Amino acid sequence: MTATLDQGKTLPLVEQFKYGLDAPICLTWEWTYACNLACEHCLSSSGRRDPDELSTDEIKAVIDELERMQVFYVNVGGGEPTVRPDFWELLDYAIAHHVGIKFSTNGVKITPERAKQLASTDYVDVQISLDGATREVNDAVRGPGSYDMAMRALKNLSDAGMRDFKISVVMTRHNVGQLDEFKRIADDFGAQLRITRLRPSGRGADVWDELHPTADQQLELYDWLVANGEGVLTGDSFFHLNALGSTPLPGLNLCGAGRVVCLIDPIGDVYACPFAIHDVFKAGNVRGEGFKWVWQNSELFKDLRRPQTGGICNSCPAYDSCQGGCMAAKFFTGLPLDGPDPECVKGHGEQALSKRDSDTLPKASQDHSRTGKKKVLLGIPSVRLPDRACDTSPLA
Amino acid sequence: MPLDLEKPYRLNPSVALRPEPFGALAYHFGNRKLSFLKAPDLVDFVRDLGEHATLSQALDARELTDARRASYLKALDSLVATDMIVERI
Repeated sequence: MTATLDQGKTLPLVEQFKYGLDAPICLTWEWTYACNLACEHCLSSSGRRDPDELSTDEIKAVIDELERMQVFYVNVGGGEPTVRPDFWELLDYAIAHHVGIKFSTNGVKITPERAKQLASTDYVDVQISLDGATREVNDAVRGPGSYDMAMRALKNLSDAGMRDFKISVVMTRHNVGQLDEFKRIADDFGAQLRITRLRPSGRGADVWDELHPTADQQLELYDWLVANGEGVLTGDSFFHLNALGSTPLPGLNLCGAGRVVCLIDPIGDVYACPFAIHDVFKAGNVRGEGFKWVWQNSELFKDLRRPQTGGICNSCPAYDSCQGGCMAAKFFTGLPLDGPDPECVKGHGEQALSKRDSDTLPKASQDHSRTGKKKVLLGIPSVRLPDRACDTSPLA
Repeated sequence: MPLDLEKPYRLNPSVALRPEPFGALAYHFGNRKLSFLKAPDLVDFVRDLGEHATLSQALDARELTDARRASYLKALDSLVATDMIVERI
């Protein structure tokens, strides 16, 4: 993003964003809760399809609305969006209506044929999820077979001549040390590396304590981004690390929830951000008044667009750098929203975590995890077979 | 390509402008770049750019102060670098 015409008189762009925009800059839209995988840290607790998911026509109606609002692109995810039988039809429909699509996938449906189709389509971007640069590290979190599935998809896209597709990595305690390796994989495929922060959202809440990077790793990550940030995407998700040094990380140093971003979930509920699937952050549903009405009139969003106070962080000299961090991370770890981020680089988060009552943590409002939830296997290596046949079916 | 004051320019047909309270959000459907025009008068200027014979005439028509003209040129430089505005051929 580039800002142009600095006038001096007007507020900096980031300040303007705090008061919200007429339409989101981009929004995340999950098309289904169904997923062929069962990643331990899934932020939407996906697995089974919800019978109440938006129909093909309902999704098309929202796309029409996004076109009128000039929302130029959306991040489509899930669940695994490509397991929707109408996925390719919806993709074509959105593109024909000037709503570009970047979709996140584990690669299950990215055959050589689909890769060719994607390579020849404008306004579509693909993001393959990979949470380990090695099979052992990846499969311990994403499940057996998922590394090979992702690598096959990457190869198919690369062979089809697709360029600048993304490899999307959630940074964990087990893969921060693999950053150079991830970069090499991306370079080899002609892809772009995208790394994002692990959130304690959905099933991520259950594994966050064991998986989130240590303080030393946060510094390693920050240093790596300062050195290699050019050309590596982050979804602006590491702004809480800005207090670690004098070099601000590129991107928006701001929580965009309800101001410049939001989430539409598979059943049409609108939340302030993709990491906040909880009634507290639910602004409305696209089935009623429509998306535009919710974006512009919901009380929750109006509230998020009022000036926020830093609370107890106000007295911290680093507040301007980190802006208090991530709202969802605080909420799901049981910390007050006007206090430090659980991963506060000054250590205030750790302090606050030690004082909270961890028996009363809020739970996500939606859980589509397949039943017979297995023991969390974060050890390396992990080998796990599905408990029942239907556990492998995305539509079970 | 550097700005040439004596050449005609226009908003790239692949670019859409979305009005916002601060000015506009510009989206390039070709390279998928997003830019922000941080002043409503700059948005009008960019919209009408195609109606002027040269860039210099377009600027003259605005009757800008020297300082303002300089900041316009700076903004236009970055818009041409990101392909948001293009030479009219």
